[in-house]
This record gives sequence, C-alpha cells and structure tokens, in this order.
Amino acid sequence: MDMKTSKKLGLKERYTMMTRDLAWDTTYQPMDKVFPQVGYEGIKIHDWDKWEDPFRLTMDAYWKYQAEKERKLYAILDAFNQNNGHLSVTDGRYINVLKLFLGSTPPLELMAARGFSMVGRQMVGAGPRVACQMQAVDEYRHFQTQIHSISNYNKFYNGMDEFAHQQSRMWYLSDGKSFFDDAITAGPFEFMVAIGFAFEYVLTNILFVPFISGAAYNGDMAAMTVGFSAQSDEARHMTLGLECIKFMLEQDPDNLAIVQRWIDKWTWRGTRKLASVGMMMDYMLPKRIMSFKEAWEIYFEQNGAALFTDLARYGVTIPKCFAQTVEEKEHVTHQSWLGFYMKPESTPFHTWIPGPDELDWLSEKYPNTFDKYYRPMYEYLDAQEKAGNRFNNKTQPMNCQVCVNTIKYNEPGDPMEMCFRETVYQGEKFHFCSGHCQEIFEDEPEKYIQTYISSHQALQGNCAPEGVDTHAPDFNPGSHIADYWRLDPRATGDFNGSEDQKNFAAWRDLATKN
Amino acid sequence: MTSNAFIAFQTNDVTRSIVEAIVEDNPGAIVVEQPAMVKIDVPDRLVIRRTSVEEKLGRDFDLQELQLHLITISGHLDETDDEFTLSWNS
Ligand SMILES: [Fe+2]
Ligand SMILES: [Fe+2]
Ligand SMILES: [Zn+2]
Repeated sequence: MDMKTSKKLGLKERYTMMTRDLAWDTTYQPMDKVFPQVGYEGIKIHDWDKWEDPFRLTMDAYWKYQAEKERKLYAILDAFNQNNGHLSVTDGRYINVLKLFLGSTPPLELMAARGFSMVGRQMVGAGPRVACQMQAVDEYRHFQTQIHSISNYNKFYNGMDEFAHQQSRMWYLSDGKSFFDDAITAGPFEFMVAIGFAFEYVLTNILFVPFISGAAYNGDMAAMTVGFSAQSDEARHMTLGLECIKFMLEQDPDNLAIVQRWIDKWTWRGTRKLASVGMMMDYMLPKRIMSFKEAWEIYFEQNGAALFTDLARYGVTIPKCFAQTVEEKEHVTHQSWLGFYMKPESTPFHTWIPGPDELDWLSEKYPNTFDKYYRPMYEYLDAQEKAGNRFNNKTQPMNCQVCVNTIKYNEPGDPMEMCFRETVYQGEKFHFCSGHCQEIFEDEPEKYIQTYISSHQALQGNCAPEGVDTHAPDFNPGSHIADYWRLDPRATGDFNGSEDQKNFAAWRDLATKN
Repeated sequence: MTSNAFIAFQTNDVTRSIVEAIVEDNPGAIVVEQPAMVKIDVPDRLVIRRTSVEEKLGRDFDLQELQLHLITISGHLDETDDEFTLSWNS
C-alpha cells in the first residue's frame, strides 16, 4: 500500500514555528511594562527578532535529548555504586576533591537555575526566553545530579553532609557565593555576560573538561558521568552567552562600552574563582593528566584569544586583566593549596603535603616558579609536620571585598610581595586582593560595601551559637566558629591520620583480599 | 591570525564514528585523546556532515543527537539538518 507522507519540516522552520511563532506582543499592558528590566542597564535593543538560537533546539527535542542523557547518567551511577566504585578510585585523598566540589559547585548550579529563570522572564524575544528557560532547567539538573552522584560517597566518608548549611557561611565558599550574588543582583544583560560568558566559557571549560577527564583518570566514574553530562549542556550555555554578546554589539554601537566593561569585570572575577579549581587539578587529583597552567593555556589563552580576535570586528578588545592572568597561572594554584594547608581546622576536607613524586611533577609542570618559590615552603612545612609541629593557622582570614578570596596572591611582577589594595569609601576602609577588584569596587561601591564576608561576620560576633555572650570580654570568635559552620571534627585536619584514610585502606583491603 | 574551532566528545561507540567523519571532512584536523574524552581542533572552521556520519555509523543520524555526546565547543555555531558548523572570523 502506498503511504503518502508529508514532507518533514526543516530544522529552521521547525524552530521558527515552535518558538517565535508561539510568542506574542502584549496588548492589555504595554510591552515595556511587562518587561521592565531590559532597559535600565543602558543596553539598546531595536529588533529582538534578530536573535536566533544557533542550536535551533525546540522544546520537544530538548525534553527528548535531556531524558536520554539522564537515563545514561543514572545507569552509570547505579552500576558504579552497585560495584563499590568508591573503592576503585586511585587513593583515599581523592575523595577530598569531591568534598570541595560538593560545597562549591551544586549550590552555584542552583543559583544559575534561579538566575536564568529570572532573566528568561525579562527577555523580550522568544528566542532568548526559551534558551534561558532551557538553561534554567539544565542548571537545576546539574544541581541535583551532582548531589546524587556524591551522596554515595557520603555513606562512607566524613565532611559532606552539611554542605548546604556551609555554603553561605564558610570562608572558603564565599568566593563562589559572591560571584553569583553579584551576577544575580545585576541587570539581565550583565547576568548573561557574567554567567553565559565568564562562567560558562572561561570556568566550566576547565572545571568540567580537563578536571572531569582527570576524575575519570582517577577511577571516579560517578564524577565523570555527572561532569560530562553537565558539560554537554554547557556547550549550549556558552553558545547562548556568546550569542547574547554578539546580539548586544550588533544592535547598537552604544552598547560596546557597557559590554566591554562587563567583559573586563567578569573575566577577572572568573579568573579569581578558578584559582581553587586549578588547585583541585594540581594538588587534589592523585593521578594528573594536565596542569592547571596547561589547561589555562588551551581553554583561556588560546580559546579566549580566538573569541576576542573574532569580536574585534565590533571593537571589543581583550580583557584588561589578560596579561596578569597569564603571569598568575604559574602561581595561583600553589598559593591556594598552601592557604588551605595552613588552615587544617577550618575546612570539612583534608589537606596534605604532596608526595615526593608529586613535588617533582609540579617542578616539571611549573619550571619557572615551583622550585624557586614553592617547593622550599612545602619542604619546610613537611619537616615541621614530621617534627610534630604541623602548621595550624587559627586566625580569621582577610578577604577581598569584591571576590572574597583570601588575600594571598602576589603583587604583579613580584612573587615575593603580597598584593594588597585599599580604598576608603564614606570613611570606611575596604581591602582588595588586586587592582582589578579595587577597580570593580570603585565602579559600584554601593553594591560591594554589602558583600557578605564570613570572617567579618565572625569578628562582629554574628557567627556564634545562640546563648553565647559575644560582648563578654573574653569572647573569642574562633572558638565558636566550627560549631556555627557545623564542622565535623573528623573531617578536618591533615589527611595523614584521618578516619577516612584508615577506612579507605581497610575497605580496599577487604575488597581485594579474602 | 588563525584560530582553532574545536569540539570535544565523550568517548563511546557513536562518537568513534563521528570523529572518523570529522577527520575525513576536515583536512588539518588534530585529534587529541584524553581520559574518557576526545577533542578535535580544526583551524578556522570545523564541519560535521550528517551524510558522512551516517555512512560511518551505518544508520540514520539526526545531528541534534550530537547533544548527547558533546562536552564542549569553540566557535560560532550554525546548525542545519545537514551540517553542524563551528567557525571563527567568518
Ligand atoms: Fe551547570
Ligand atoms: Fe551552565
Ligand atoms: Zn579580589
């Protein structure tokens, strides 16, 4: 029998019919009242129809492919967990990288979901509105799957169960919190540059590509499947960020100065956020595939240069901080790990001195800096630890008012000098990790004087459990802060001698012997 | 200045064929294999052709299926029913 089939619509027509043709202009209320936020940042848009999602992904196709991704992901997770996969990772130290990841990443995914829900509501065009809606759902998926994948480890190892409580309270999680707080309280277009460009294009390319490939290399199939599954969405997210930048630049020449300022600002904020991701690669993966420096060269210097060369036709110039980031790539991961090592009672994960072969790897990967500046410090700290005097800094850290990183980076051009900036605003002194953060502050001081800084809160007596008299003459914020953080003491301190270390060794023994 | 367009995939049975198709259709493609992933760089412009992938896979292939295996991309994207193209400076 002859079946007559109607010709299938092409991708472009399907996308047009399923997105733009389903949208309408409001008539009961004027459009500018329905979409009140798109104008106040100064971005001028003349024709929203010029926006097209290059993936041309329609909602029905979106659900179909996302469902398939989830099926694959959970099949792998189940298999990994059923097979006691946690005992097949390279060594027990590896699990600490998951603790850091759990505190720092899923909560930011949730903020991204919130942000894209808000921004999607504000976008006048149906194209960006649908793309933002998909991204909001994606980010919610990342938030959930990351927690699911790590929940299996939580059955066996210490320090993971209070990540949600700690996210908005602990000192070292404040940099990521402030990144998203800053972005989500900006206008819709700045949010798109902050997250769509700086976070997706600069940050996730390093966190979810070489770092996750490294997790696979260390035998963690759970992190691998979750990370790559998330990153398959990020390709779409980067495209959305890039489209938004191009769209703004094409719509009106007056947009250039505003967009350039956002690119400068958010590239720097992304760079600062990456110091701890780089540290995860260089110090926390027992088996390494690539150094942070190499990853930075591939995914930021080359890939970023490709983007900025391309955008030069609109008048965009490379971000102001570019040269400083190139200099810092040889330093930041070492400075970060030293910083964490020195505060063993202030994190729900363990730290350690890298082993001799790991120190050699670092020397090889960082020929210009490691032996000269950092190896001597590790050797000194190691000797002190072996003599029973492990370094333990119990003071509150000093944080940057903008990026909320601990002030610990070096002065540009002088690795032996700490970089430190300050600005007096309305009679109060504010501190910064760098000239770039200082400039961001001075652009919008009313915004950044409100930054939540956990060390300041502790010193003001706001981080003590109820019933403690914070005005007592002998009040010491440091003695209550661990309770306030709900820090499990078993999860703190050096990896050597920890309960995790003993358990991992004992269970692995059971898994390989009768 | 030439810039590289690139794409990275999870390594699996489907992407093995996709990578073969890319290498044949893009002279100058550089393939780098890393744990659990594969990254392909091409100067300026990288194209994935549906018909080439179908030939390698021995079955029909919708280019939107790439969504399942993608890890990351670099370049401006243009996607039609027949081609998935990433390019810089065009
Ligand atoms: Fe995400
Ligand atoms: Fe994302
Ligand atoms: Zn800063």
